[in-house]
Amino acid sequence: MAIGDYVPHAPGYVETPGTKIVTSRFTYEDSYTMERYEATGGYEGLRAALKRTPEEVHGETRDATLLGRGGAGFPAGIKWGFCPPEVWPRYLVVNGDESEPGTYKDRLLMERDPHQLIEGCLIACYAIGLSQCFLYVRGEMAIAQQRIADALNEAYAKGYIGQNILGSDFSVDIVLHWGAGAYIVGEETALIESLEGNRGMPRLKPPFFPAAVGLYGQPTIVNNVETLANLPWLMNNSAEEYKKYGSETSPGTRMFAVSGQVKRPGVYEVEQGVTTYEDLLYGDDYCQGMRDGRTLKAFVPGGGSAPWLFPEQVSLPLEARPVGAAGTMLGSGAIMVMDDSSCAVKSALRLVRFYARESCGKCTPCREGTSWEEKILQRIHDGHGRPGDIELLLDVADNISPGPYPVASDESQGLEAVPFPPKQTTICPLGPSSVAPITSALRRFRHEFDEKIAMAVTTNHPEISVDLDSKTEVSS
Amino acid sequence: MSRLSDANVALAHDIIRRYPRPKSALIPLLHLAQEQDGWVSDDAMSHLAELVGVTPAEVKGTCTFYEMFKLHPVGTYMVNICTNLSCQLLGGEELLHHAEETLGIRAGGTTEDGMFTIEDVECIAACTEAPCIQVNYRFGLRLTHDDFDDIIAALRAGNTPDKLITSNPGEPIPSHGTLGLARQTMTEEQTAHIIAPEQIHEAPVWLTAAAKDN
Repeated sequence: MAIGDYVPHAPGYVETPGTKIVTSRFTYEDSYTMERYEATGGYEGLRAALKRTPEEVHGETRDATLLGRGGAGFPAGIKWGFCPPEVWPRYLVVNGDESEPGTYKDRLLMERDPHQLIEGCLIACYAIGLSQCFLYVRGEMAIAQQRIADALNEAYAKGYIGQNILGSDFSVDIVLHWGAGAYIVGEETALIESLEGNRGMPRLKPPFFPAAVGLYGQPTIVNNVETLANLPWLMNNSAEEYKKYGSETSPGTRMFAVSGQVKRPGVYEVEQGVTTYEDLLYGDDYCQGMRDGRTLKAFVPGGGSAPWLFPEQVSLPLEARPVGAAGTMLGSGAIMVMDDSSCAVKSALRLVRFYARESCGKCTPCREGTSWEEKILQRIHDGHGRPGDIELLLDVADNISPGPYPVASDESQGLEAVPFPPKQTTICPLGPSSVAPITSALRRFRHEFDEKIAMAVTTNHPEISVDLDSKTEVSS
Repeated sequence: MSRLSDANVALAHDIIRRYPRPKSALIPLLHLAQEQDGWVSDDAMSHLAELVGVTPAEVKGTCTFYEMFKLHPVGTYMVNICTNLSCQLLGGEELLHHAEETLGIRAGGTTEDGMFTIEDVECIAACTEAPCIQVNYRFGLRLTHDDFDDIIAALRAGNTPDKLITSNPGEPIPSHGTLGLARQTMTEEQTAHIIAPEQIHEAPVWLTAAAKDN
């Protein structure tokens, strides 16, 4: 196994040049065992943290500008500071409910290096006085659950978790909890509802964010798996060292999963901000371009909820701010690549169907709207589209996310980008996310929709002829 | 079907103790019921309601929200085939159709011998390895149609298919309902302090000790 090869025991992970902060052990076949972890500096970060005051550990995290890796990209150190003082107990909930379409990083981190995640949880608990941690793993990830259960048992037995950790006065419990198949539970307030044993429906926020009122009404920090996995490295090194990687506003490295029609799809840990989509998609160390000599048609830059980008935007850096200004989001680091053989209507339908299936049903615009969107797209795709279907689709979408929806610029049509985020008439962003594939596909590939509808009209109603250029019906 | 067995009731009490409030244990307990019977029956839900101190309707309310819980018997092997975008672009739908044709059932159906249930599922987080499936939540990656047939043949013969990934090589694929083959075990002596939030009023000792030192 050398640089540039797939790592066989970590399916999808490709070893690339450069410093690895969270995937440093992936090349070892036994990376998930206590022996390997301790032999490669494991739990040294916890020891380093315990030598400092909690306030110093919190300060180091804040100084490192460790951005949340779940999707919103909020700095973890600042989020931790939102807990109201003098309200106890506080809880930590680890969001391992990775289910955003295209996203494939947390599962690798949980399966390949569970101790690193546990150490990260311990450091966070120490820093802000969290008295119990719940590790919420997605229900479908049986192997991750198994590895974490083993790792927790070993760590308890060795005194890394529990009463008076490593002889200090720091005591905390980590409980493995697992879900049962609901995408919406990845939303932090829905995650908390689910952890309380309820249906996973998001809570209304503002006014109360989980850091103030969360699990059992107590201050609760919800952090993504990858975010916490950075903490052991940070404690062993320093914020200053951490900021040597990546760009000023997005320091450190980040895991990106590139899937779809590229030559070498894979999970790559790269420096944020300084690497571009082009590097990832076409670089020799990364995806090596499109497969079968095809050309890039469009790509989803940050998970199924992100508006699409197109070939002229590949030079964008992997950094939240410029990507947001370009009309989409860095999101969960999931890139799905479509080449010119793919059908825009079908791709949009497949993503919209996801949101229609996964809507929790709490807010009417999303519950009703997403299934309307799916039905309309399905009939256009199946060759039963009707004139006016596109306008109907956009009208339904507007009820979920009013106003201009974030979308990439299109110079050929003289259209400017609409920056992220979208507006919403719903409690959580699931409903508005369903609009992303629709507006993205329509902006650039409207002719594919028009052609399908025109074909359906001429097949099903030969008495009507449609003038494709003017997009209006012409009576025969 | 049935209430939890005595051994599982003991396990259930173990799980409930890990949470500051009993209802939080509901999803793990529903998994335990499904592990016992292969699906979640009304009797099992009533029993769980007694164990965590809520009404059976509340248990059913939670249970029906989550798609992994089956309210009727399903096959010994749950075959989940992903057709979300990354898999669809690389042949996920074709693989689903192949599975439907081979097993003679439609997505959502169970074969007559009760061996296999197929489901058309959403993203299962192996997107770079498309098209992918899960059999009882063990991954099969980059599958050709022949690979799929091999998996089915191996399972019918009672073997662990080479193409399915388990935590340790050759580990058996448990029947539907069992997830990870290891459980977290916490003895009373090991735990720090799991008590209801209303019983905690003060900052944890390591914070106050550090504040005093300063």
